[in-house]
Amino acid sequence: MQTVKMVVTGPFNAGKTEFIQTVSEIDVVSTERKISSEAEKVKESTTVAMDFGRITVDDELVLYLFGTPGQKRFDFMWEILSEGMLGFIVMVDSTRPETFREARSILETFRAYAPTPYVVAANKQDMEDAWEVDDMRIALRMDPEVQLLPCVSVSRDSVKSVLIQLLTNILKEIESN
Amino acid sequence: MALKGNLRDFTITQLLNLVNLAQKTGTLVIDGSNQSARITFRKGKLAYAEISNEDNGLGAILHKAKIITAAQYNTINTRAASMSDKELGLLLVNSGYVSQQDIIVSMQNHFIDIIQRLFSWVEGVFHFNAGENSAENRIPIRMDLENIIIEGSRRLREWEQLQDELPNLDLALKFTDRPGVNLKSINMSVEEWRVVSYINPKNTIRQIAKAAKLSDLEVRKVVYGLLQAGLVELIRPVGVERKLPGLETAMAGQSKEEQKNLVNRLIGRIRSL
Repeated sequence: MQTVKMVVTGPFNAGKTEFIQTVSEIDVVSTERKISSEAEKVKESTTVAMDFGRITVDDELVLYLFGTPGQKRFDFMWEILSEGMLGFIVMVDSTRPETFREARSILETFRAYAPTPYVVAANKQDMEDAWEVDDMRIALRMDPEVQLLPCVSVSRDSVKSVLIQLLTNILKEIESN
Repeated sequence: MALKGNLRDFTITQLLNLVNLAQKTGTLVIDGSNQSARITFRKGKLAYAEISNEDNGLGAILHKAKIITAAQYNTINTRAASMSDKELGLLLVNSGYVSQQDIIVSMQNHFIDIIQRLFSWVEGVFHFNAGENSAENRIPIRMDLENIIIEGSRRLREWEQLQDELPNLDLALKFTDRPGVNLKSINMSVEEWRVVSYINPKNTIRQIAKAAKLSDLEVRKVVYGLLQAGLVELIRPVGVERKLPGLETAMAGQSKEEQKNLVNRLIGRIRSL
């Protein structure tokens, strides 16, 4: 049995756990805790170690999805979770521009240290106050060649679309080597 | 009990606050990762500050403040090397080269500069030797700490923000591939030009800081500005072993066709969800 993994990262409350939950065939193994910091109380609980989802491809291949904790103080986990990954997805909450700077910082950290394909998912695009993807690209200072994809992490089709795009990029990378 | 500890547990701001509130007299010695500093206080006020490996003498301070010329500074170094700051100050004032006010303001600015630099020290140990020390040869200065603490706290916030923006100094920089951008037409400070001159995919930001003689805070400021302007981007240094393995490790031992087959199976499975 071969296992491969992809990592879902991004700032606090970007929707990483939901993203994995939406496509995982098992209930996401999530180590969530009640939030202690007042500043981060936009939701009741948060991921403190990692989320863990699974998609069985066939008898010989399993894809694992790992979600990193979003809060800055858990960034030591990123390196551990990222080792040996096929690629990664950076989730950004389109409704919270105050998190864009952190998203950019996470993206740059991952990009510099993990030479694997990636895409950026502009999550919560179904929300009324979501930023336009084109505006987010400017705010996130992203190069035109980096894919910034609209996403709704509770929609299976949307999550599938992001994953397929990342896998397509991985395929291109293999072909180009 | 001796006042000693680690900057990770007790910051410079907290130390100054303690000295200020407790009206302490004595010398605070801080051994940082590359340099050490000695700060003397008298009844909770800053009296003196010096940093290792730097010329902390009055001549150097006046030269840095552009009160005396380089030639005058060299003359002081050769002819008055054995004089104390107090003796040298009296000589310069009596000779009409500088005023007493020039000396006091220059020294105050020099001390403030040293303390402000200390705010960016996050590694190091400190100890406080209480009591008067023999400082009769020094020019007496007494500075309130409140403003220094406020300014330092502001810089600390700036430092923390810059650390968030640029957490890793072991990354390298490369110029962005933006046609039409001409560096020569961009107004840059001397520090920025120094950093730009060392930008190379082989040089980490930490190495650039060392070569350009900039502190972590200073190099972060410059690099942040260059990143914001879209002139450079962060990359993994060329020639350095990857900390995280890439695709080849994730699919080790497989041929290109096997790798493509694996990814196509993944795509097929996800499409079928």
